[in-house]
Amino acid sequence: MLRDITLGQYYQTESVIHRLDPRTKITATFFYIISLFLFNRVSVYALAFLFLGSVIALSRVPLSFIFRGMKSIVFLLLVTVVFNLFLTPGYPLISFWRFTITDQGLIIASFTATRLIFLIVGSSLLTLTTTPNNLTDGLERLLNPLKTFRVPVHEVAMMMSIALRFIPILLDETDKIMKAQLSRGADFEHGNLIKRAKNLIPILVPLFVSAFRRANDLALAMEARCYRGGDGRTKMKPLRYQSRDRIAYGILVLYIAGIILAGRFSPI
Amino acid sequence: MSWCGSFALWRGGEYKDNRDGQMGIIINHLSYVYGANTSYEIRALDDISLKIEDGEFIGLIGHTGSGKSTLAQHLNGLLKATEGELFFNGENIYEKGFDMRALRFKVGLVFQYPEHQLFEETVFKDVCFGPKNKGLGKKETDLTAFDALQKVHLPEKYYFSSPFELSGGQKRCVAIAGVLAMKPEVLVLDEPTAGLDPQGRKEILTLIRELNHAGTTVILISHSMEDVADFVGRIVVMNHGRVLMDGTPGEVFRRSEELEEVGLSAPRVTRVMKKLKEQGFPLREDVTTTEEAAREILKVRQLFGGV
Amino acid sequence: MGIIEANHISYEYTRRDDEGTVLEITRALDDVSLDVHQGEFISILGGNGSGKSTFAKHINAILFPTEGTLFVDGKNTAEPENTWNIRQEAGMIFQNPDNQIIGNVVEEDVGFGPENMGVPTEEIWERVYEALKTVGMYEYRKHSPNKLSGGQKQRVAIAGVVAMHPKCIIMDEPTAMLDPMGRKEVIRAARALNDVEKVTIILITHYMEEVIYSDRVFVMDQGRIALSGTPKEVFSRVKELEELRLTLPQATLLAEELKKAGLKLPAGILSEDELVRELCALAGRRI
Repeated sequence: MLRDITLGQYYQTESVIHRLDPRTKITATFFYIISLFLFNRVSVYALAFLFLGSVIALSRVPLSFIFRGMKSIVFLLLVTVVFNLFLTPGYPLISFWRFTITDQGLIIASFTATRLIFLIVGSSLLTLTTTPNNLTDGLERLLNPLKTFRVPVHEVAMMMSIALRFIPILLDETDKIMKAQLSRGADFEHGNLIKRAKNLIPILVPLFVSAFRRANDLALAMEARCYRGGDGRTKMKPLRYQSRDRIAYGILVLYIAGIILAGRFSPI
Repeated sequence: MSWCGSFALWRGGEYKDNRDGQMGIIINHLSYVYGANTSYEIRALDDISLKIEDGEFIGLIGHTGSGKSTLAQHLNGLLKATEGELFFNGENIYEKGFDMRALRFKVGLVFQYPEHQLFEETVFKDVCFGPKNKGLGKKETDLTAFDALQKVHLPEKYYFSSPFELSGGQKRCVAIAGVLAMKPEVLVLDEPTAGLDPQGRKEILTLIRELNHAGTTVILISHSMEDVADFVGRIVVMNHGRVLMDGTPGEVFRRSEELEEVGLSAPRVTRVMKKLKEQGFPLREDVTTTEEAAREILKVRQLFGGV
Repeated sequence: MGIIEANHISYEYTRRDDEGTVLEITRALDDVSLDVHQGEFISILGGNGSGKSTFAKHINAILFPTEGTLFVDGKNTAEPENTWNIRQEAGMIFQNPDNQIIGNVVEEDVGFGPENMGVPTEEIWERVYEALKTVGMYEYRKHSPNKLSGGQKQRVAIAGVVAMHPKCIIMDEPTAMLDPMGRKEVIRAARALNDVEKVTIILITHYMEEVIYSDRVFVMDQGRIALSGTPKEVFSRVKELEELRLTLPQATLLAEELKKAGLKLPAGILSEDELVRELCALAGRRI
């Protein structure tokens, strides 16, 4: 059933990390990612590992669940490692046929792999512990200052949350239209690329028509419920920082300071 | 009772006595499970056995989620059963080498709100989609499309206008014509009257009856007993993926308590007759249409002060 | 004074081709006059293209009459400064349950209207819970709307309007896309709102069975009001209804057949229970 697909892979459980304000989590993820690119040192990675590990432990998201999400990037990871391993010049360690593995290659490859894994795990932790709605809410509030530069922050956030609601419906609809056209003898599996693309027209046209009809209906329903943009609106679930958010920001500052210190002064 | 049964069958069109088991559809202990071995495993169909004869007019009734639409999608091979077999004209459709695509031309499936699948620039082109997929030549395609549009009584002035400019009822007729143009032997319609006004409902149901009279086997999926009672020769009631009842409308509606337990109800006239019978009036309760009910009551008119 | 006062309103729309040449002018509403009192349950019956949905959109200030005037709670809908007040006082439910739910969680959707009106946060929560309880969807407040049945979705939509505390709710074919169970749920919710909360209900439908509980019925045809009165009055005019291509409830039809054959049944029988009772009375029995 297409309706069961959850977007953003939210993992439902009770934890401190889940309860944090989405703004805290977005900010933390942002600085965490930056911290990975500041220095190429073992001590920095060790610190990042410690930080990430404690957040995972606190979030109560099972490790297996996190690594399931890694499957999709295994290929990317392999390509990066192989390229770095074989194409970095340096002192040759092993040599066979036309390939040479150098000491520098080995170091850079392992650094890149670690960085990539840390990056993916860190950012997926954000979506695993924050509902899509919370995420849009948080983004809207964080980007609010951009309103002074005429960036339609509220509108974009509203669009995102409507998209979240309608994607499962449209997926379901695609499934239905596809089955209906199959029942009329449509063939989506045979023929060359151009023919196959052409065969998609009987699905795409009804899908667009339906999406426009829904958009029209929805606009009418929203107006009937007094929607007139972001001005003068109140929030049912306003975002308020709690003491746990202040503590989290404190930890974040300490972490970044630690990273800078380690990057500057540690020998390795 | 037997009189009523045969009456109902007669009304259902050309009911052919066909016992050689070759023609028609045979469903043998069919089950369909999705999400098998997971926490959300659902048995959408549970051990269904049915025999659908050539030329029958069957009403497939059940509330939302009873499995009736899932069963419909098995009939033309869109879904594959997890257990059991399905024979079409004597051939097992799950056997290796069976041409599933050919089956889809023989068992026409009209989905709910079929007008949502229209996509061509003109009505006529859209109806041609099926026959073209079938591999017919230009001339033959045009002829079958024209024939199908004639069958649904769409005024000819609309043939070359955009399907999106038609009214709701007309769009639905075009969509049904799109399936008819494949000249299916069996026509399965999923809630063909959903969302239409009384006039539109009547038109579509009359159209379906005409198709059945012309020899097409029809399976009409509905949750409205009243829509179905007047038309079909046989009713199959589904609940929780199983066949709960299978018989003539009279036989099925007599079990009104059981129907109510599964969220369905017998037609109002049947309930009126039942209540009158409970009051001690000598009336039959397997009546399904207004005319029949009036005839029955007027047989004992002296009881109600009539002359 | 009535909550809705329509004085001879007409609505015309013009269809043009790509160059802007007028192709046709359709008169969707033709001299409609109608008064609805606070707390009434009104039904508007009619087939497709009878103008009933066009009329509904006028009450919510989505469309404006080309002729005549329409007052909602004493406010002229044609005046732009009244629009938001009118939309808050006359809430609207549409046909397709999927296309009017905005929130990703039931309670958030119900809160959407009050948020737009600028209601303070604590009060939004009170309104949302109260509205969800009224339609019997409180237990589902944390659910995703996508997993609900059609009838449940429609009840959430009703709660979304109820939370705006309207004086009047217009329901534009709310049951057309639902199964019989969903239809019953929605009609029950509408009746409860009218009975308990005294909200004025205007139910637009083409199902005859749904209008038998209303105080007054209006039958529309080709943009005009063709018949009006109590359900009993309207349903006793069998010939005219059939000419308007409306299908009568089976109990009414059966009573009509029996009357033609000479049984002395009263006019305007609406439900099966009523028919059974009247037949028993004819036979000199009481139940």
